[in-house]
Amino acid sequence: MSAPATAAPATPAPPPPPAAETVTVKVNGRTVQVPKTMPDWQGKPQPTTMLQAARLGGVEIPHYCYHDKLPVAGNCRMCLVEFGTPALDPATRKPALNADGTPKIARSILPYEPGTARGAIACATPISPGMEIYADSPATKQMREAVLESLLINHPLDCPICDQAGECKLQEYSVEHGQSASGFFETKVHKPKAVDLGPRIMLDDERCILCTRCIRFTKDIAGDDALGIVNRGSYNSIAAFPGRQFDNNYSLNTVDLCPVGALTSKDFRFKMRVWFLKETRSLCTSCGTGCNIVIGSREDTIYRFEPRENEAVNSSWMCDSGRLNYKWMGRADRLAEVRVRGEHSTWSVALPEIQAVLAKAPRGSVAILAGARQTTEELYLLKKLADRFGAVTDSVPRTGAADGFLVAADRNCNTQGARLTGIWSGTMGAQIPRIAEDIRAGGIRTLVVLGEDVTRHGISPELLASLETLVVSDLLPSATTRAAHYLLPGCAAAEKRGTFVNVKGRLQKFLKAVEAPGDARPELEFLWDLVEGGVARRAPANIEGIFNQMVRDVPAFAGLEWARVGDTGVTVPL
Amino acid sequence: MVVDRKPLNWWERSYLPAIAGGFRVTWRHFANTVFRRKSVTMQYPEEKWVMPEGYRGAPYLVSDVDGHTKCVSCQLCEFICPPKAILITPPGPAGMAADRPNAEKMPREFEINMLRCIFCGLCQEVCPEEAIFLQKDYSLTGLARGEMIYNKEKLLKLGGVDTGIQKWKQKLDEAREQEVFPVQGSAS
Repeated sequence: MSAPATAAPATPAPPPPPAAETVTVKVNGRTVQVPKTMPDWQGKPQPTTMLQAARLGGVEIPHYCYHDKLPVAGNCRMCLVEFGTPALDPATRKPALNADGTPKIARSILPYEPGTARGAIACATPISPGMEIYADSPATKQMREAVLESLLINHPLDCPICDQAGECKLQEYSVEHGQSASGFFETKVHKPKAVDLGPRIMLDDERCILCTRCIRFTKDIAGDDALGIVNRGSYNSIAAFPGRQFDNNYSLNTVDLCPVGALTSKDFRFKMRVWFLKETRSLCTSCGTGCNIVIGSREDTIYRFEPRENEAVNSSWMCDSGRLNYKWMGRADRLAEVRVRGEHSTWSVALPEIQAVLAKAPRGSVAILAGARQTTEELYLLKKLADRFGAVTDSVPRTGAADGFLVAADRNCNTQGARLTGIWSGTMGAQIPRIAEDIRAGGIRTLVVLGEDVTRHGISPELLASLETLVVSDLLPSATTRAAHYLLPGCAAAEKRGTFVNVKGRLQKFLKAVEAPGDARPELEFLWDLVEGGVARRAPANIEGIFNQMVRDVPAFAGLEWARVGDTGVTVPL
Repeated sequence: MVVDRKPLNWWERSYLPAIAGGFRVTWRHFANTVFRRKSVTMQYPEEKWVMPEGYRGAPYLVSDVDGHTKCVSCQLCEFICPPKAILITPPGPAGMAADRPNAEKMPREFEINMLRCIFCGLCQEVCPEEAIFLQKDYSLTGLARGEMIYNKEKLLKLGGVDTGIQKWKQKLDEAREQEVFPVQGSAS
């Protein structure tokens, strides 16, 4: 894809100046003070529209083509509302007053048919002082019904086979604002179904209501002008330009944007009905950006990731590569049992043995390599463990190409968390050759590895074999896990709770969506047992407690509390 | 609603009319069986009741008149089922094509656990495709619990043919008449 046309969404929209000019309007008879201008999709101040004013007044005007994060198109007509403006006395050009002294309101009417209300599209009509918005008036309701009927004229109503069913705006508004019968008796126009638009997108032209959200997204947000509307009249349809595929790395966002089931994800196609999915607030772990996501899961199977709005990180978007990076979690070869020297074992056997080994290890003979994809709390506990044994610690850097939009060059999701907790400092990974050298020289006899295959980062299997004790915790089998004396199955981010610190220092919380396979436990739990080992039966690991303990010990996190890290996180100094 | 209980008069309180009424029924059956040779019982299970119209027995899947599966795997019945007896496996992105033209979706597997099913009929009521009907079977038996989980093949075989609407065929015919946009993925 080409360079993105927009500023990175990570820069939050500038807050309106404190003494912002306000305008007083009435929404459904209630007086509301709203700012005169509000940020548009690029964050630039624009005159406040009726839709925004109504929203501030607590009234949601139904809409299809309008989206906060996209340029206004005003083509679906769903947000038509009746409105009124203060009338002027034709003689004096002064505001006309009613008998009781209130300003006289002139309702919008058709100039050639004064008995009929003239609607205006709320998404693109700026407010004016004294304006009254009638979002529930009979005329507004009639306009909505008419628009919905017109949108449904050629709609195939194939909800039983449509993946959007259950989260479809056409369904929702039809129930809320539509009518049960249609006056259209002619044959519906049929258009192509199951059109292959790109490697990840399937298009159903019959379902499309031509709101052009997808076109605007890919042109203005993703910077890849790949889509357009072809043909005329009832045959209008969305298409990729001839000879082009709609294949940019942000294409799946159009599936979320599509208010109907026209654009559907090939990955999620016919996999599960959306009303069965449990939604869990989580984070994408595919790079250092830490896009906020919602995990859709049912009975411990993850079906999809969807972006979750966070102005400080990812706006409303996420990349396709991150979104589809969930299937490995359900792999059949996931590590699911505790193994001691290759034999099946249990936590209650393995942990005391590891504790005993560590307790006997001379100072300086232990090294810890922690993946920068572990949670901040786990890294904090590891650092505590390392300090007790004077162990050398490091992480493995992992980089790729940044795309200037959401994908960061740093492909570890918690590099900064590892640095702030003291797992690495200076240059990430600089200690690894030294550790390898020390193992060869016999100085380091015990190695603890969390979530990395160190054989791919400079510590050969022969070196691992020469160790006295190798403790490994991981999710998938690798050359390192095969060499482990103590193999402890861990959890993916979707299977536990914790926090990550993204490349810009945003500390964000994620919650547990599914159960881990077999005996796997969150790393936090067994690290807590190791750190607190020797002390008789302490309280079990508790994320809130460990987080609050970490806040006391790590200066960058000063003043934070688990409960106060909301859904969108907090920024910490790096 | 409150129903007033009428107090018994002295004749009714003597129990004699109730005893006489009881004996009348007994004598009628006695006379019918001994003198008229009429039986009042039925040799179940060799003989079976003829179920009245509208009887709600076990739910089965039906095929349309062309022998195609009517179910499109919308999973509404699975959602509505109060005892959670229905389990549908959707086809998924690379799943098999439906056995009928034009409708793109059909269940990979459709299981009803007849041990759980309470014959309530909500699945039939909620079905937008008229693909599942409560039929006349009421006495389902099996030698193991596993046998009582009916799969798609078995349900379709038991369900038989429904002569009702063929929504997707109708849509396809309509699309073909227009000749402007051939509907893709509907070779047949």
